Amino acid sequence: MAQVTQLIHDYLRHNKKFPHVYCAGCGHGIVLGSLIRSVHSLGYAKDDIVLVAGIGCSGRMAVYVDFNTVHTTHGRALTFATGIKMANPNLKVIVVMGDGDAMSIGGNHLIHAARRNIGLTTLVLNNNIYGMTGGQYSPTSPEGTVSATSPFGQLERSFDIVDMAMASGASYVARGTVLHATMLDGLISDALEKPGFNLVEILTPCHTQYGRKNKFKTVVDMYQWYKKNTMKLDRYRQLKPEEQAGFTPIGVFRDEMRPGLEVRYEELRNKLQEQR
Amino acid sequence: MATKKRKKTEMFALGNEAVVEGALLAGCNFYAGYPITPSTEIAEVMSARLPRVKDGVFIQMEDEIASMGAIIGASLAGRKAMTATSGPGFSLMQENLGYACMTEVPLVLVNVMRGGPSTGLPTSPAQGDVQQARWGRHGDHPIIVLSASDVQECLEMTVVAFNFAEKYRTPVILLLDEITAHTREKISIPGSEDFEILSRVTPSMPPEWYVSYEETMRGVPALPPLGSGYRFHVTGLTHDQNGFPTSKPDEVKALMHRQFRKIDQFFYDIQLVDEVNCNDAEVVVVAYGCVARSAELAVHMARERGVKAGLLKLKTLFPFPKTAVQALARQCKALVVPEMNMGQISREVKRVNNGLTHVITNNRVDGQIITPSEIFKNIMQA
Amino acid sequence: MPKQHELNRFEIRLSGTGGQGILTLGKIMGQVLAIDHGFNVTQTQSYGPEARGGASRADLVISSQRISYPKPVNLDMLVALSQEACNLYFRNLKPSGFLLVDTTLVTQTPSNIYWGLPFTSMARDKIGLPQTMNIICLGALSHFLPFMNFSNVKKALAGVLPAKILEINVKALTLGYSQAKKLYPDAPEKWTFSSLMTMESEQ
Repeated sequence: MAQVTQLIHDYLRHNKKFPHVYCAGCGHGIVLGSLIRSVHSLGYAKDDIVLVAGIGCSGRMAVYVDFNTVHTTHGRALTFATGIKMANPNLKVIVVMGDGDAMSIGGNHLIHAARRNIGLTTLVLNNNIYGMTGGQYSPTSPEGTVSATSPFGQLERSFDIVDMAMASGASYVARGTVLHATMLDGLISDALEKPGFNLVEILTPCHTQYGRKNKFKTVVDMYQWYKKNTMKLDRYRQLKPEEQAGFTPIGVFRDEMRPGLEVRYEELRNKLQEQR
Repeated sequence: MATKKRKKTEMFALGNEAVVEGALLAGCNFYAGYPITPSTEIAEVMSARLPRVKDGVFIQMEDEIASMGAIIGASLAGRKAMTATSGPGFSLMQENLGYACMTEVPLVLVNVMRGGPSTGLPTSPAQGDVQQARWGRHGDHPIIVLSASDVQECLEMTVVAFNFAEKYRTPVILLLDEITAHTREKISIPGSEDFEILSRVTPSMPPEWYVSYEETMRGVPALPPLGSGYRFHVTGLTHDQNGFPTSKPDEVKALMHRQFRKIDQFFYDIQLVDEVNCNDAEVVVVAYGCVARSAELAVHMARERGVKAGLLKLKTLFPFPKTAVQALARQCKALVVPEMNMGQISREVKRVNNGLTHVITNNRVDGQIITPSEIFKNIMQA
Repeated sequence: MPKQHELNRFEIRLSGTGGQGILTLGKIMGQVLAIDHGFNVTQTQSYGPEARGGASRADLVISSQRISYPKPVNLDMLVALSQEACNLYFRNLKPSGFLLVDTTLVTQTPSNIYWGLPFTSMARDKIGLPQTMNIICLGALSHFLPFMNFSNVKKALAGVLPAKILEINVKALTLGYSQAKKLYPDAPEKWTFSSLMTMESEQ
């Protein structure tokens, strides 16, 4: 416990902006803890880390951590991060977004950041809902979700963030949950060390805005759901398609060691400048 | 060798190409943009030039929203960054441009105006984005808007735009029009001793003393590049002096007032105009962009016929050069304001004129430049 | 820097069809006159999809003084490389101005007073490369325009064209110049460089 307290003192702006905005049972704090443990275990200097966040509950994470922090506009975090990384490739740029941020308003930026394989570590906190604005359905809300803007159940199919990132060309893609916190530490540390665009989708419950309206009596039920309905990827892949139904695989989906755009651009620049 | 040296100082260039020359002279080393007519040559030339500049970066983004995001990020990381666009792209940039106003990020945005609204007239000139440049973002905020009327000025005003952006820690919009951007002319590229290059103030105190949005006399807080040891928070939320979100009325007010003050109190430095034959002028044409060139010829034609005409060319559009316009309004019997819109600068002229003299508007919105003879007629009838 | 001629807004329009190299011609001419001859030059042109196949146009205003209004007011010279362009722009030519046409493509001139050379067939038959048509025209212009010096144009060409295609273009330039000189030896003396400006037919 003393060790945890020390980490809090080292990495959080504790005297500035606490108590935080997160509801009881929210998983965002677990992600924050996991991120801090990962950064600590890898020994990065706080000065070298830029945390870029979008708008929404996840976006507020930027204000709590004692890194260089940029709280951007809704959906645009990746564009700011792209500029920062291209401007100074030595910085470790971490992007934190929610599902509405990453897949709806910022969907175009996500697929293009993945396509150009810019060296960013992207955490998408997927709670299947627009929490901060009061619980409207998001592009990852499952079909049938009851929300503030789908009182009769929503009719649209939802995005799979991992599939989207893979199809767009991200070089490292993983999924974890806040229930599997130790595994999450591993995934985030792993992602931080990879070149190119890497993305970790993190399933995190929003009981206040999503759970209550969608048959999860308590937040514990939501964590129970993660326990029962997620499965390690290697085991999941051994199942027949009909057995896979109802399970969400977690783990590392892609791990290609491809250099990021910032590295390739630097190579181009060096080549051109040597010619002169 | 001799020819090479001459070519370095003299060039036959498009307005858009001159913008690039000016930007590189001013120290621009980051460009992000999205192709759009009639601004595209800026991106094209930048893509070839920047990788040859020390640490230079050119990146083509997925849209104008992303382009604006990327240059804000780059500027926060310590770069002199710019983008260029036109009509529809300018509209898309407004949200993040507002973020740059709120967070006081230096950057330069070149908007080559074309006919609008919407897709409008992509290859025709217009001046319809003047008030959007001033008020395109939601919320109240100051911004600097500049303009250029010939190719040499494209170069010079780009340098000025970067200097103002850095000096006042603010986004600067350079409004060009299709004619100015797509005219080729001879320009001379100044040597480094011929002009001043300004860079933002970075903090010199120990990091723990640094207050990221500190209230100072000048009103312009120091801005360290990300990763230089000064860890601070940047947010589009209304923030206190430490950069953290606040909604306390006194802190909100202090932020807003300082942001206005830092621009307003230096009006004499920012409001740039050129006067042609204004000393004894009885009729003064107030013009900007390509129309100022038509006006210059019209003024000469009027002088040849014995009419005491003058030209006030606005190089700064906002903050609006009130002092210069008022001084001439007191002296002349009429101000003629030709512009390629339905009256976006003339409403500013009327506002500061405030009954001092007669204001004649001369508007054209058919995708054609206002000709010297149109302005000449207005001068003669004034 | 040779600058024997005092010009006050000499306006020339190069017009024809997209693909004829008119914009390149305008750019090279502007470059030569501005940089190598020391004139003030503004060059504007038609932009957009019409530059690929439709009507194409490049305008130059050349002056010894500072140029205020950058577009032509009354043309001193119209170069028409298509019948359509000739019909469209002839009315913008001032009474004292001159018309130069490509006689391969312009078969009906609006006036009997014109200069004409078969640029297109010269490029095809004498040079063997249709794309050199614009450079042949440039060669001819360096004869017709007394303030544009042929050897300066030739020198400048090396600066703007890639080495691979330079030789054939110099050949084209020389052909245009010598043919124009042969057919119209007195042409350069016909100009009256007036400084009076009439503002009747602007565009």
